Amino acid sequence: MGLLEEKFEDNIIVASFDKILSWARSTSPWFFQFGLACCAIEMMATAASRYDLMRIGMIPRSSPRQADVMIVAGTVTMKMALRIKKLYEQMAEPKYVIAMGSCATSGGPYSPHGYHVLKGVDIVIPVDVYIPGCPPRPESLIEGLIQLQDKIRKERPLTKKSV
Amino acid sequence: MSKNLSEVLLEKFPGSVIEMEEIPTDHIPLNGDKWFEIALFIRDEPDWKFDSLQCITGVDLGEENGLEVRYNLHSMVHSHKIEIRIPLNRDKPVVPSVEQVWRVGDWFEREVYDMYGITFKGHRDLRRILLPDDWEGWPLRKDYEEPATYHGIAVPKEKEGWE
Repeated sequence: MGLLEEKFEDNIIVASFDKILSWARSTSPWFFQFGLACCAIEMMATAASRYDLMRIGMIPRSSPRQADVMIVAGTVTMKMALRIKKLYEQMAEPKYVIAMGSCATSGGPYSPHGYHVLKGVDIVIPVDVYIPGCPPRPESLIEGLIQLQDKIRKERPLTKKSV
Repeated sequence: MSKNLSEVLLEKFPGSVIEMEEIPTDHIPLNGDKWFEIALFIRDEPDWKFDSLQCITGVDLGEENGLEVRYNLHSMVHSHKIEIRIPLNRDKPVVPSVEQVWRVGDWFEREVYDMYGITFKGHRDLRRILLPDDWEGWPLRKDYEEPATYHGIAVPKEKEGWE
């Protein structure tokens, strides 16, 4: 401990812990495993061995209680919208949402005249990253997930926010 | 072939086939009143043996013409097929159910009921199959008007830059 003793200002350790915390969160965002439409196929392909999501620390969880990221992969119908909202509310903080594909971002081919499709999942839950594509290739999804990781890494959850 | 069957039906069930100037070759326009008995007849009669109901479609022909139900029948024994069309009144669309003639008709009829509000008389479990139970209106009818909200969620959302 001799190297570190009496070398730092009072708050440096706290700030570093903040960084470590957000780094830890960003490198293991477990995602909530559910698919709604064809985008789910790409999500499954991304999680499988060829694209291997586990190398960026993501594993699918089947329970909202254990998940950090919700990937909304596919068309959200009005019937599903209520359930998505409920699932989102069941997730533990901190929680993030990725809208994957045209349908989840804006209603896609069902907008503006689809009678039963939610025109973008951001109407019911807050979205962190939008991924365009119909459906997006696994590379796009991974790009979106890396964007989300960057976003999480920049967060400072312990630092007091100046209002 | 369809000409033959319509002659047989006219003989067996007088008034069941709707008379037209030109006798259609690809389908038989039927009166809905005795549809259940006719269905039983063409299923069991050795010459016809329509043992497979392949599809039930609802059609909205526009304000003047009302609604229509179409049945696509196929015979596995003779390998022939026929389309039955039953025109319906828009204000009170009721047609006898053939769910107990062909068991597969159960979900077909529920789907047509879901989308067009056509009542299948004698169906044992006639309720919506795809849309939520509390949905209002029949979405594939031409006079369907989208509700503004569904459980507080905006249904047709206009976003800037659309159209």
